[in-house]
Order: sequence, then structure tokens, then C-alpha cells
Amino acid sequence: MQPLAILTVLAYGVSLGLYFRLLYADQKIVGRAATAMLAVSLALHYFFLLERAHQLQAVPYQDLYGAVSLFAWLLALTYFGLEMVHRQRTLGAFLLPFVVLILVAGMLGRPGVPAGPPPGHGIVFALHVTLSVLAYAAFGLSFVMSLMYLAEETLLRRHRLGTIVWRFPALDLLERMTRSSVLVGMGAILAGTLLGFVAVRRLETPVSHFDPKYLVTLAIVGLYATYLYLERQTSWRGGRASRLCVFNFAVILLSVTVVNLFLTRAHRYF
Amino acid sequence: MEIVLVGLNHRTAPVEVRERLSFTADQARRAAEDLRAQGIFEETMILSTCNRSEVYGVPPESRPEPAAALSEYLSSFHGVRADILNGSLYRHQDRSAVEHLFQVSAGLDSMVLGEAEILGQVREAYRAAHESGATGPVLNRLFQAALEVGKRVRTETELGTRPMSVASAGMKLAERIFGKLEKHTALVLGAGTISEQVISQLRDRGIGHLLVMNRSIERAEEVARRYGGEVVPWAEWEAALQGPDIVVSSVSAESVLGGEVVARAMSARKNRALLLMDLGVPRNVDPAAAKLYNVFLYNIDDLTDIVQQNRRARESEVPKAQVIVEEHVDKFLSWQASVEMIGVLEALEGKMRAERAAFLAAHMQHLGHLSAADRERIEALMDDLLKKIVMNPAGKLRGERNLRRKIQNIEALRDLFLPERDKS
Repeated sequence: MQPLAILTVLAYGVSLGLYFRLLYADQKIVGRAATAMLAVSLALHYFFLLERAHQLQAVPYQDLYGAVSLFAWLLALTYFGLEMVHRQRTLGAFLLPFVVLILVAGMLGRPGVPAGPPPGHGIVFALHVTLSVLAYAAFGLSFVMSLMYLAEETLLRRHRLGTIVWRFPALDLLERMTRSSVLVGMGAILAGTLLGFVAVRRLETPVSHFDPKYLVTLAIVGLYATYLYLERQTSWRGGRASRLCVFNFAVILLSVTVVNLFLTRAHRYF
Repeated sequence: MEIVLVGLNHRTAPVEVRERLSFTADQARRAAEDLRAQGIFEETMILSTCNRSEVYGVPPESRPEPAAALSEYLSSFHGVRADILNGSLYRHQDRSAVEHLFQVSAGLDSMVLGEAEILGQVREAYRAAHESGATGPVLNRLFQAALEVGKRVRTETELGTRPMSVASAGMKLAERIFGKLEKHTALVLGAGTISEQVISQLRDRGIGHLLVMNRSIERAEEVARRYGGEVVPWAEWEAALQGPDIVVSSVSAESVLGGEVVARAMSARKNRALLLMDLGVPRNVDPAAAKLYNVFLYNIDDLTDIVQQNRRARESEVPKAQVIVEEHVDKFLSWQASVEMIGVLEALEGKMRAERAAFLAAHMQHLGHLSAADRERIEALMDDLLKKIVMNPAGKLRGERNLRRKIQNIEALRDLFLPERDKS
């Protein structure tokens, strides 16, 4: 196992510890330290992905471990961006466990080094995959925030406030952050899909246009577009929109597991 | 360098006594001047809030019983009989006075544990005293340390983070749901004392639009005028429910807002989130309304429960705050002891020189056969001896790091060589 990989996980772990501490103690300095540590973790993670790509002469998503690591990096990066824009640090304690878990799971279940050099798909294909992973990361983030919304709403309605609710972001802010995250995801998936079609057109070998992945992607875009429309309607704002967001991410999980592994050839990369 | 505190607070005196002993800014300045002019204190500072009146001072070393003199002064300044004051006043000196002030600025001695206003009041009182020249190096250092303690306790503990009144708990809840309140509207039903507290909190938190509704339109207008709100006629209350995001009801009538009324309002407002704070007894809002989508209903008991939970949470933070207070008390006393040690050493050196001069004057007349050079040599030898036996070891005591030992050293030096400086 590469030392940089271990260092990255440790850095995320320290950042997570600080975010937990912030949740418990609500001290500005702890919050700043948590954010700074997250920035360090992101930088380490980036260099790890880069180093690994150089060593293997392959793009990060060439194998499951690399793809999962790239997903975790983009998830943390998207969260970092949202934290900067919305000035809300509480989410770190809820999101970083996923990042750490994904990284550790990826390390433990790491398959062997890819045998040969990567297929020459070119930069358009690389962008297609990277943007798609970014979209999944952003949708993943919106999923976590929707779960938080539902949890906070339930606690508020049942008057079970305890310590934790006072630390949560306001429901209104959670809604806005979820929307921002979905917008990032929509932009990325639309651009990624478009680039995917460009990459397909460049291929010399003919590709079937009846790939179930296309249909699922279309469904995902449709579902999130519906979310973006409905969450602005007052009768859907709040819990209903958050439940839809949770459902949408379940469809994504279906897309990247069942569909990728069993129903398509063109999108089965590992 | 003694520090004396005489004062009273909400624990020791009823409001009838507290109000008689309170100081306006002008009175505080005048009293501080008097206390220094009368030689009771060299430095002084008066802290007067609705819950406490306290006078801090540094008396001259020669002043006997400064606390008693201050009590007498307070009695005459405010025209309150001494027997009324005696049962209410507390007197602290040195460590105890320093610790008390630090606890005050930390909010540990406040009526509402951890309240934030006291730190601002300490800051303001210190600023006024400093500007009028009433404070000096000791009180400057003391109050700067007190402000630091207050700041640290508020940033490093959760003593002041949670709401402690029903009205502020309600506002915090509103912020949990809507975030900042600038773009939101609140409707307050009723214009009694509780409603006014809520309105005041809503204004403090920057509510965007405030609507007031009361059976007596005159009272509603009075409250609305005072807080910059808008009056809604009582007859229109059902229609008025469709607009606001926060509805606070505190009227003396049962079920003003029935479940169906709230359901109709929610339908008209397309299920936009609504926080209903029912502060009335009997309850003004039908509990069934809590089941409606996007309705958050809290009655007076729910909010009181939150306040109780918060009180317990704040109390659990007291030990952490006390550690910060103790740390700064030790730090201050250590500084005080260092300054004191320098003063004692200077006095000791002065005394040794005087003793040597007197000794030589008494004995040199019998040694007339000595030349001037020999006399000078003897004087120099005596200086060396005194330095070696007394001054050098005494100087080394300055380096003592343990505060308790340092203070003991100062006292020992005083007892042995400067009994006239010993205040006891």
C-alpha cells in the first residue's frame, strides 16, 4: 500500500475528527482547522491519484480502486466547494465518514494492478468519465444533505432537539445546499454525457445505441430535473423534495452497480 | 497592593435595595473621584447593572480597613442606612475579589447563567473608568484580564450558546427552520407581556416584516408603533395566517387556531413551512395542526422543556468555565506577586542602606584614627556583606515560579526585614 494513500486517509480522518469536535464544541478555531485539514487531505489525495496514474500509466478510473478513490476525491472536493460558498461546516461530520469509508473499502478490496496499458480513449473519453464521476459525487452529496434534512425535520417536529439540532444547519440552508449540489451534478452529467457521445462517434468500431446505460442516465437526468422543478414549488418544498432526492440517488446506485456490471458492455470498465 | 471589592447582587439583595444602590454613569464617575479624593482608594472602578452594584478599588498601603470605609461611603453616597446595607453587601479581598470579578465577566455569577450582556457591561464600565482616569496599573491589568476571561469562556465553552427564555428558544427554533429571518414575516397574536418579549426578540434577530394583531386595536397599534410593526385587524386573522412564516399566539382564549383553520391556511400558502408558537394558556392552537405537512407546532410546555434542557446543558459547562477563571486568577496573582516582589526588594535595599548609614554614623566617631580611604573601604566592605547576606538571596526569590511559594516569600521578607510594611 502506498504511503501517500495511508497519509491521505489519515488526513481525512483527522479532518473528520475535527468536524466531529466542531459538532460537539462549536468553536470557530476548530471549524477553521477542520476546513484547513480537509484542504490538506484534498491536496494529498490529488497527489496520490496523480502518483498512482504515473506509476500505472493509467487513468484513475482504470480499475475499481482508482474509480472509487476518484469518486471519494470529487465528493470531498464538491463538499469543500459548497462549504466555501455557503459558509456551513456542520455537514463535514456527516459527509467525511462516507469519504473515509469509501477510501478504506477501496483499499481493503483493492484488486491487482491493471495488467496492460489503458485503452486509448483519449481526452474526450477521460473527461466524459471524470465529469460523470463528479456528477455522481455531487448527487451523493445532495443525498447526504437530504438525509440530514429529513432527520432534522423529524427531530424538530417531534420536539426532540437534544444537542445535535442546535448544531445542524437551518432547514432552509440545507435545501439551498442540496439544490446547489444537484445543479453541480446536473451540469456535470449533461456535459459528461455529451462528451460520451462525442467519444463514441470517434470510435472506429461500431457501438450499440441500445445500451441500457443511456436509458438510466436519461432517467437520472429526468428525475433530477423533476427535483429541481418541484423543490421550487411550495407544495413540494421541504420533506417531499428531500425524499425525492433520496430516491433519485437510489436510482444512481442502481445505475452504477446493477446496470454497469450486468446490463451493459460498453460501460463495464472494471 | 491589595484589591478590595464591596458590592451586592441579585443573590444578596432584593430589588428594592439594589435599585437604591445602583449608579448612573455620572454617579459612578463622581463616586470614583470621591473615593480617591478621600484617600480610600488610589484606583477604583464601579460596575453597576440591574443585578449588581460593585466597587473595586486599590487602597493606599497605609489605609486601614478600606472595605469598612467603602461600605460607609456607599451608605452615605446613596443615603441608605448602614443596617440595611450590611446584610446585603459582600466584601472580598485579593484572590477572592479577583476570582469574583472573573466569574462575573464569565457570566457565572449572573441571574441567567452564562448571559452575554454582562461582558459588555464590564467592558463599558471599565472604559468609562479608564477614560476618567479612575483606574491605574493594577485595575487596568485586572479588568483587561477579566475581559479576556469573559471572551475565552464564551468561545471555549457552551455556557452562553443556548437560549434561556421561552421567547429566545422560540426564535432559535425559527432560525433552525428558516435560517436568517430577514426575508421572513412574523405574525404575533396578542399584545401582552409575553408577546412583547417575543416581538422584541424578533426585532433583535432582524425579522423582515412584523404583523401585530390584538383584540384591542389601540394596544396593537401601541406595540406595533414601538417595534416598527404593522397592525392587522382582529377580524382578518384567518386571512392573515396565509402570509407569515412564524405565528406566535399568546391570547387568553382557547383554540383561536383550530386544526381546520390551520389546514386551510396551509393549503392557501401551498404548504410553505410554518412555525406556530403557541404561548397561550389555555392553548390557542389545536394540537392536531402539528400533523399537517410543513407545520412545526410548539406550545409553552415544549418551549419551557427546551429552556430547561438548555439550563442543564449550561450548568454542565460551569466546571470548564471555572477552570478558565482559575487559570486567569493564578496568572493575575502571579503578575501581582512579581510586582509586589520588586517593591519589597526596593524597600529592603533602601532600608539596608539607611541602617548601614546609621550604623556607620554611630560607630565611625570612635574610629577617628582611620584615614578617609580606610573609612571608604569599610563602607564598601559593609555594602558587599549586606549584598551577599541579604540582597542576593532575596533577589533569587523573584525567580520562584510557584505562586504560593512566591507569595510566602514576599510575606517572609516583609516579616523579617520590613515589619512596618506588613499590613496585618
